[in-house]
Amino acid sequence: MSARLMVMNKKDNVATAVVGLVQGDIIEVKVADKTISFELLDKIPFGHKVALKDIAANSEVLKYGQVIGMTNKDVKQGQHVHVHNTDSKRGRGDIHNE
Amino acid sequence: MQLKGYRRPDGKAGIRNHILIISSVVCANRTVEMIAAQVPGAIPLTHPHGCAQLGIDKNQTARVLGGFGANPNVACALVVGLGCETVQPDIIAEVIAKTKKTVDSITIQQCGGTLKAVARGAELAAQMAATAAVQEREEIAWSEIVLATECGGSDTTSGLAANPACGHASDLVIEAGGTVILSETMELVGAEHLLAERSKTKAIGQGIYDITQQAEQGAMALGEDIRGGQPTPGNIAGGLTTIEEKSLGCIYKAGNTIINEVVDYACAPTQKGLVVMDTPGHDVESVTGMVAGGAHLVVFTTGQGTPTGCPIAPVIKVTGNFNTALTMADNIDINAGEILQGTATKESIGNKIYEEYQQVINGKQTKAELFGQRDFAINRIGPTL
Repeated sequence: MSARLMVMNKKDNVATAVVGLVQGDIIEVKVADKTISFELLDKIPFGHKVALKDIAANSEVLKYGQVIGMTNKDVKQGQHVHVHNTDSKRGRGDIHNE
Repeated sequence: MQLKGYRRPDGKAGIRNHILIISSVVCANRTVEMIAAQVPGAIPLTHPHGCAQLGIDKNQTARVLGGFGANPNVACALVVGLGCETVQPDIIAEVIAKTKKTVDSITIQQCGGTLKAVARGAELAAQMAATAAVQEREEIAWSEIVLATECGGSDTTSGLAANPACGHASDLVIEAGGTVILSETMELVGAEHLLAERSKTKAIGQGIYDITQQAEQGAMALGEDIRGGQPTPGNIAGGLTTIEEKSLGCIYKAGNTIINEVVDYACAPTQKGLVVMDTPGHDVESVTGMVAGGAHLVVFTTGQGTPTGCPIAPVIKVTGNFNTALTMADNIDINAGEILQGTATKESIGNKIYEEYQQVINGKQTKAELFGQRDFAINRIGPTL
């Protein structure tokens, strides 16, 4: 069976679903040569991201080994990571405009 | 595979042999369409600009129109103006004449109205078409080819599959001696540090920081969260959360070589290898800028699928989304979605993309060409006066 999640870099705390995944699914995924297993707390549509570990509020979200944004609330392992809990740090004319 | 193209009088090589009828101003658009309709194969280039423009904005519009005529994919060009506009047809024709190809210009007012301008224009264009029709393809080299890279209608599969595969093909093009342009400055925001590290000199790296800062500040001046404009609603539906995530996925399509130059919008690269052009994230404005800068062909990665083409350059669509490869099959040239299904690698699909480049250079028609997609948009940088 091919992988259901894709992890781009060993530093990443999120992975991308390469098939649509349902809430309650038990996922096994290899991160930095270690296999971790967890339950999906949300439905993860194809192409969307899931937290590989607990990420506290105001922490960096890492994909490709790089910062793709900051959490704006606590995110639990297995939860959907997207615009409802992650903000961009760039191009924020709404908060940084002088 | 031996590449074959059309040798131009200035020594450059084209991969298509188009007759281009260029409107210098919005007022000449209908006349340009009517002239092109008289000459089978002639391509009309129309747009809403060319008058009441000033300074760098006027110059950029003229540079794009001149760059399209000068592009080696164009055999001969006719520039049509109204007569009283800011961007005079002579200015554009002079730029094109530097390539020593056949170019002429007329104005509607000088010809004495629409019908007389159409008659005169069709006569000139028909002569050009007759000359171009007898030109044969001859051997050309990868070192003469400029490949533009673009992504649009992205989703997360772009950064996971289509762009990495395309990046492998970009590395092969550069290894063969060719030039690859990475563009869409807004979609480098959040990834600029990785590109700066890979720049040939510190000054080139600084150039990348300068253009991304300028693009980001331009967006911030609007006082909004960039999200919605970048990523777009479609990007977000496809799983892209932030501009940083989109950018980090975008830059994969340029491959892994060092960056040799940063050029302005619609300016021709002077270096081979990997070059960055400062263009907007708007697909058609970006592709227009790169083709005006001399790009011969365009690779366009897409998550959700798009029909976009270019009037004078073949555009090759690659999707990383296996669903899109089926639902938008009309518009997709290469399916990189197998990478996510585990049945192909970015290298195997990258090799396939490179082979496709060679076939398209030699005349194979892309989906966008078969549908006659002639999307053209000039990036404006000043107010209409």
